[in-house]
Parts: sequence; C-alpha cells; structure tokens
Amino acid sequence: MVPIGYYLVLSAVLFVIGGVGVLARRNPLQMFMAVELMWNAVNLSFVAFARQYLDMAGHIFVFLVITVAAAEVAIGLAIIVMVFRKREHVDVDDLSLMKG
Amino acid sequence: MLTVILILVKGLITAVLLLSAFGLMTWLERKVLARFQFRPGPNRLGPAGVLQFVADGLKLVFKEEIIPTAADRVVYLLAPFISLTAALIAFAVIPWGPPIHIFGQTVPMEIGGPNIGILFIFAVTSLGVYGLILGGWASSNKYSLLGGLRSTAQIISYELAMGLAVTGVLLAAGSADLNTIISKQYHLWFIVPQILGFIIYLITMVAETNRTPFDLPEAENELVAGYHTEYTGLKWAMYMMAEYINMITVSGLATTLFLGGWHGPWLPPEIWFIIKVAAFMYFFIWLRATLPRLRYDRLMAFGWKVLLPVALLNTLATAVWVAVAR
Amino acid sequence: MLSSVVFWIAAVLAVSGALGVVTTRNPVHTALSLVLTMLSLGVLFLLLHAEFLAVVEVLVYAGAVMVLFLFVVTLLMAGVKPPKEEHHLRLAYQTLIAGLFGLILFVLVLHSVVGAGWVGTLAGPQGGSFGSIASFGTALFTRYLLPFELTAVVLLVAVIGVVVLGREQE
Repeated sequence: MVPIGYYLVLSAVLFVIGGVGVLARRNPLQMFMAVELMWNAVNLSFVAFARQYLDMAGHIFVFLVITVAAAEVAIGLAIIVMVFRKREHVDVDDLSLMKG
Repeated sequence: MLTVILILVKGLITAVLLLSAFGLMTWLERKVLARFQFRPGPNRLGPAGVLQFVADGLKLVFKEEIIPTAADRVVYLLAPFISLTAALIAFAVIPWGPPIHIFGQTVPMEIGGPNIGILFIFAVTSLGVYGLILGGWASSNKYSLLGGLRSTAQIISYELAMGLAVTGVLLAAGSADLNTIISKQYHLWFIVPQILGFIIYLITMVAETNRTPFDLPEAENELVAGYHTEYTGLKWAMYMMAEYINMITVSGLATTLFLGGWHGPWLPPEIWFIIKVAAFMYFFIWLRATLPRLRYDRLMAFGWKVLLPVALLNTLATAVWVAVAR
Repeated sequence: MLSSVVFWIAAVLAVSGALGVVTTRNPVHTALSLVLTMLSLGVLFLLLHAEFLAVVEVLVYAGAVMVLFLFVVTLLMAGVKPPKEEHHLRLAYQTLIAGLFGLILFVLVLHSVVGAGWVGTLAGPQGGSFGSIASFGTALFTRYLLPFELTAVVLLVAVIGVVVLGREQE
C-alpha cells in the first residue's frame, strides 16, 4: 500500500510544474494546457483524500471539476481561434486590449 | 501470480486470434465485394484464394519504408502504433464465451472484466483517434491533415450518439458489466425492446470505424487517401489492422449488447459469438458495396441534428419505462 | 507490493509528462505530454479505487478535451512555425521568476503535507462499494443533486458562448 502522502506530494509536484508553465510560457495554447495540468493535479488530491476518508464527496467534486474544465476548454479554445483569425501569430503579451 | 500469467496468456491468444481474423477479413471483403460486382475476386493462392492475405502481408513487409522529409519523425512513427494498440486493447473486455473451468479454476473468456467494462471500451476507443489525427498532422501533407481533422470531428460527433444508444441498454439491464448484460438477455434479446437504440448503434458503429458510407477521412477522390496518404509498408498495414480490429470490436459489442452475446442453442457459445460477429462484418461489406459516400456537411448535420436527438429520446423513453416497470 | 510498483511507474510517467508540458516547443508535443500525464493519473485513480473517475479522466480529458486541443493546434499551426520564445528580451527573466515562485509554492505545500503527518499514514481499509458506479451515482443524484444540476447550467452557458464566439463575422 502506498501512503496517502505520496499521492499528495505527487499532486503538489504536478501543480507546481503546471503553475510554472502558466507563468513561463508565451503561447496561449500552451499556457492553457499548463492550466489543465493544474486542474489534473488538484483532481489527484481530491481522489486521494476521498480514498483516505472513504467519502464519495471527493469523487463528486472531481467529476464536477472535469465538467467545468471541459466547458472552460471549449470557451477558451473558441477565444484563441478568434484571436488567431485576427492576427497571424499570437503572444499573450500582445493581447493587452479589450478590443481586438 | 497465477492471475497475471493467465491474463498474459489470454491477451496473447486474443491478439493472435484478432490478427488472424484481420487477415481472413481482408480476403473475405475482397471476395464478397467481387461477388457483389460479378467478378471472381482473388482466386490464385490456395482454395478460393484464401491465402491471398499471406501474399499481401509479405508484399507489405518488403515494401520500401518512406518517411517524408518534413515529417515529425517521432510522432509519425508513433501514430500507427497508437491506433493498433488502442484497437487491440479495446477488445479485451468483451466476453466471447462463458467462463471455462480449467485446473480447478474458473477462467472468464474476456481478459479483464472490470465492472466498468463498457466504459472501458469507450475510453480506449476514444484514444484511437489520436492515431488518425497525429498521423495526419505528422505527415505534413495537406491531404493527410484534412483527413485527420475530418476523422476527429466525425468520431467525436458520432461517439455521442453511440454512447446514448448504449445508455439505453445499460438502463434496461441495470448494469454496466458486460456479463450481467448478457445474462439479462437470456430470455429476450435487447434488440427487441431497444430496436431504436440498435438502429442508432448500427449507424454510429459504421461512422466510428470510418467505413463507407462514412469513410470521409480517407475519401480517395478528394483526399488521395486521407490520414494515411504518406504511410507505406508495415506502418500502413497497422492502420489497416486497426480499422478491421475496430470493426470486430464494435461488432462484438453490438452482439453483446443487442443480440444476447454468446447465448444460442445447440452450437457451442464461442461459435455463436463468431456467427453473430460475422453477420455484422458481412453487413459492413454489404454497405460498402451498396452505398455511395456522404458529403461532409451532410454527415455532420445527420449526426448532430438527427441521430443525437433521436438517441436522447430513446434514452429518455427507456428511463421512463424502467422507472415505471419498477 | 505490486501496487507500489505501479504507483512509482505511473508517478514517474506523470511527472515526465508534466515536465514535457512546460518544456516542449511544439504545441503538438505539449499536448501529447499532457495526454501522458492524464493517462498516468487514470492509472493512479484506479489504484485509489476510483474506477469510474479513472474512466472519466481518460474518456473526457484524454479522449475529448485533449483531442479538441489537438484539433485546434493542428488547424492553427498548419504551415506556421512555432513562434520563438527567446526574442522577448523584456521577459528573459520571466522563466527564472516563475521557477522561483514555483519552488516557494512547492516547499510550502510539502511543509504542510509533512507537517500534517500525511506522509507516514497508510490509506484506510477499502470499503465494499466505495468507488463503484452505483455508489457514485447514488451520491451524485441524492446529496449532490444541486451542484450536478448547476454544472448543467454551466455547460449550457459554455455551449451558447462557443456558438456566439465561433459565429462568422462580417
């Protein structure tokens, strides 16, 4: 049996790597994927805690997180596609105006 | 330890059986297609040309391996493997016979039988899409890319209707475990109460495997050969194997869900399973010989505006029926 | 014994996938690294007796969300070279600062995990129906019905938003 702490540390490692990715990358698509990584890291923590306390609430929460993440991806990708239509190359630092 | 060995042995046997079924299937398809068109088909090698697939395989082994200069090498080589692996793994949970008793142990015929059996198949087949889109992208050829994108959009769209059609059966059986679903059909096959779900499943399974009339990802008169335009030799053969094994898997799933699985009188259960799957395979070839290819926008409109609402209605009706019957 | 071997393999794969997400230049490779992490997480979910969630993770995340990502990436990146990241001199120190913040965050989380005594704790005994579809469904449709219905609203909003955004503009 693997101690629950190992899962938590692994989750922390993934979360931090994802966070660094969001801060360090310039391509919006790749930043977005780093955000997804952070969602996933949090999910691992939820499932690990659910296992520890044998409580289905953790599973329900992960299910809701996945659903919301899917909705978020759909909207986010639609926005990125819109931006790409307007300009050839995309750098998040160039997107400082509310109006395209 | 014994369970691990058993799983490995069963996996090996299933893989060998699936791959030989693929070989036979290529021969059968050419033969049946030829009959539909009043020509003899392959008839040189072996009785009725049955050894044709051996010759085809040898030819593919000796073909020149071509990797496009502009291709993303790693992804290009990885893509066919993903397709074939996903296809082989997906079949693992389909029970193709009752459990057998050997060495004083009860051994189920499927490799792994988690109580999420049917969801497992969906999860693995959804990974198979990667093989197509990555192959199309990595070839750095516009026809390949378009074929890959088409297949992705098509498979994701039709997967929804397929999932809803299957949900009807799950509701009626009250379980997601394939063995339970089979045992619930002992008296009445689910094709009778779930006829609408069966028709939807039949249509979506053709779309999911990219077969005519839904073979737009490789529409040869628009896209050369779609996502596998740039693939040769064994890598191309892997795509073909994946396609045919996927056909066997969806047919096996249709048999399990709607036609009572391996149940049947007189003959051994395994034979019944093979007969039912073979009937679906014949249906695939029959469609290919009969129907022309759809236009792409019609395909998408049909999936989203017809199949999905009907499948939703079917699920709703089944849910109400189950609730009232209980 | 076997479960800890599986855990370590999946953990190493998950971390290497995550590192791939932040280091690869080509967005397609980034997406593939992320898929690797998600598949490893699916295996870890199985170890934690979350069978249904393991399948949902693979089916929804790896099978649908990431395919959507790949769809957009391959569509947008066709013929476009991935932009070079170095020429942003004004942000040359950005990676450094990001790494520093990441390190601080990691130390803080590690401190709290170790401080709470989680590292040495063994997972409790497995309950009979814990993690099965039946218990999941029961929890979802009784106690957590309201959040479940609210996510349906979220999905509806997302669908409308995408339709509005994706409309052809003149």
